[in-house]
Amino acid sequence: MPSRTRPDIYGITAEFDSAEAVLEAAHQVRAAGYRRAEAYTPFAVQGLPEALGFHRTGLPVIVLTFGIFGAIAGFFMLWFANVVSYPWNIGGRPPNSWPAFVPITFELGVLGAGVSALVGMLALNRLPMPYHPLFNVERFELASQNRFFICIESADAQFNRDATRAFLESLRPLAVTEVPW
Amino acid sequence: MISTSREAVRTEIPVLRRRHTYGSVGERISAIIFGPAPFGWYLGLGVAMLFIGVLTYSVWYLIYQGVGIWGINIPVAWGFAIVNFVWWIGIGHAGTFISAMLLLMRQNWRTSINRFAEAMTLFAVACAGMFPLLHLGRIWVFYWLFPYPNVMRLWPQFRSPLVWDVFAVSTYFTVSLIFWYVGLIPDLATLRDRAPNRLAKMAYGVLALGWRGASRHWQRYQTAYLLLAGLAAPLVVSVHSVVGMDFAAAIVPGWHTTIMPPYFVAGAIFSGFAMVLTLAIPLRAVYRLHDFITIKHIDNCGKLMLVTGLIVAYGYAAELFMGWYSGDTFDWYLNLNRLAGPYGWSYCTIIVCNVLVAQFLWFRRVRQNVPLMFLISILVQVGMWTERFVVVIVSLHRDYVPSAWGMYAPTKYDWSTLLGTIGFFLACFLLFCRILPVISIAEMRELVRATHGGTRPPEDFEPKYAK
Repeated sequence: MPSRTRPDIYGITAEFDSAEAVLEAAHQVRAAGYRRAEAYTPFAVQGLPEALGFHRTGLPVIVLTFGIFGAIAGFFMLWFANVVSYPWNIGGRPPNSWPAFVPITFELGVLGAGVSALVGMLALNRLPMPYHPLFNVERFELASQNRFFICIESADAQFNRDATRAFLESLRPLAVTEVPW
Repeated sequence: MISTSREAVRTEIPVLRRRHTYGSVGERISAIIFGPAPFGWYLGLGVAMLFIGVLTYSVWYLIYQGVGIWGINIPVAWGFAIVNFVWWIGIGHAGTFISAMLLLMRQNWRTSINRFAEAMTLFAVACAGMFPLLHLGRIWVFYWLFPYPNVMRLWPQFRSPLVWDVFAVSTYFTVSLIFWYVGLIPDLATLRDRAPNRLAKMAYGVLALGWRGASRHWQRYQTAYLLLAGLAAPLVVSVHSVVGMDFAAAIVPGWHTTIMPPYFVAGAIFSGFAMVLTLAIPLRAVYRLHDFITIKHIDNCGKLMLVTGLIVAYGYAAELFMGWYSGDTFDWYLNLNRLAGPYGWSYCTIIVCNVLVAQFLWFRRVRQNVPLMFLISILVQVGMWTERFVVVIVSLHRDYVPSAWGMYAPTKYDWSTLLGTIGFFLACFLLFCRILPVISIAEMRELVRATHGGTRPPEDFEPKYAK
């Protein structure tokens, strides 16, 4: 693979003022062949990730795995405590009196799943990330208020500073801005 | 006829006033944080702090002197501490119920009230958690409740519902906290970008974890939020069921019944919705949030209180019926003792507050009368606290053997600890209102988009960005 120097900029953003406009623009960006593009919105816009070619996340599998792990680990702890480590006759019940272990097994399963939902979501999103080149764009503050941005990244194979800029301007945005590193 | 029914649909009260835009929602909600605090806030915090002082003294004296400062003794060894624990944890149920169950049922009216209801849950569970620990007597060895590696190689008694409770309550608190925080992340980013000074910008920036609102991030975020809702929904039911089993597993008359878990869960949601109203009504008035928290919300909370109140009333009826139908002399005596024994006043209170007062909620004119709903919400909470008093104290004070009978009277420290936790709860809530958005900004924006039917909302507002 040929060694490539880092491009001069992170990417180019286009700013829109409605969810409908950014959704339409996302379809056009994808249709024009750009693959390394991302949209930034103040709230979740249905259909936007799909428009940019992102279909599903592996998060449910992670949460299910850790939920099952939490439940198994929980039950193992209860079984180990009562059967192996310290068998103790309470009310004449057998050591492995599993019905009495159900509530704690359930709670620990939910705990494992809940913690992994938070940690998994953050890890897949590469958060926390205190610095990101987009924060260099002054107007990007509005991406958490009432503006919708699309950024075509310079890492895209099709990226060309002038051509991409011209393409974004053809989508009739409010503004087009280059994002420095 | 058809036209009138259409008219009725059209005149339905909205959950959000139409005039709002994506920008104005953020501006309006963050103004509560960045604008000056109203006088009512300072007054409330001052009073709450006073009660925190009372709590601090009560807890200090309790640790210094021991649980003998409370009115507990044999036969009533579970006094106010357990009454308050069950009451607080019940209040802590509505928040997650609103957030999780109503989210899964796509009830979009929840959007305006879920954030502060979740905060209410966390603070109520924190208050609840104090009581079993204080009731231990030796609070400094509270960690004996958890299975930790120790030189004695001992384990907690895992077959006891009291140990299940430790796991249920701590898991509930943790998952509720995660759910609340995940919901807050996009709003913290909004606050970061609206912060008027560098310190606030940095504080919210750190908490927002660098959220930039990327569409892929939103996708995973929403997946995580839905999964957490799915996890939290059964958790709501499990926590108070386990609390119910604390009682049901004991052979004390009045406790040893299978109705306890569902009866406790319904009572919990009943009192929780009452607390939501007790907080929402002043919050709405003080911060003028009438656009977001409309009569529709108060009306819907009233309906849910009616449903859960009826389940609670069924629980009372079932207990009475089973007392008679069992043919057991003592079971029947237990019911007579509740009604007309030395604590008969408490049973009358619960019948009035939880059963009779709740029947007013059948009427729309009552549900849409804000001062009346505030009054009902207070009465329901008094009623639900008294219900736990009946369950704990009236059951314990007269066991099967008359020679073991005794009376219970709370001391001033019982009262001061209860009032102290109410102060603690209010102080936490008031600080929350001042530091974090009381309404979910990101979800309100989705609601703005939905109310405007997918068309662009009028953009009358341009937030500052060039500084």
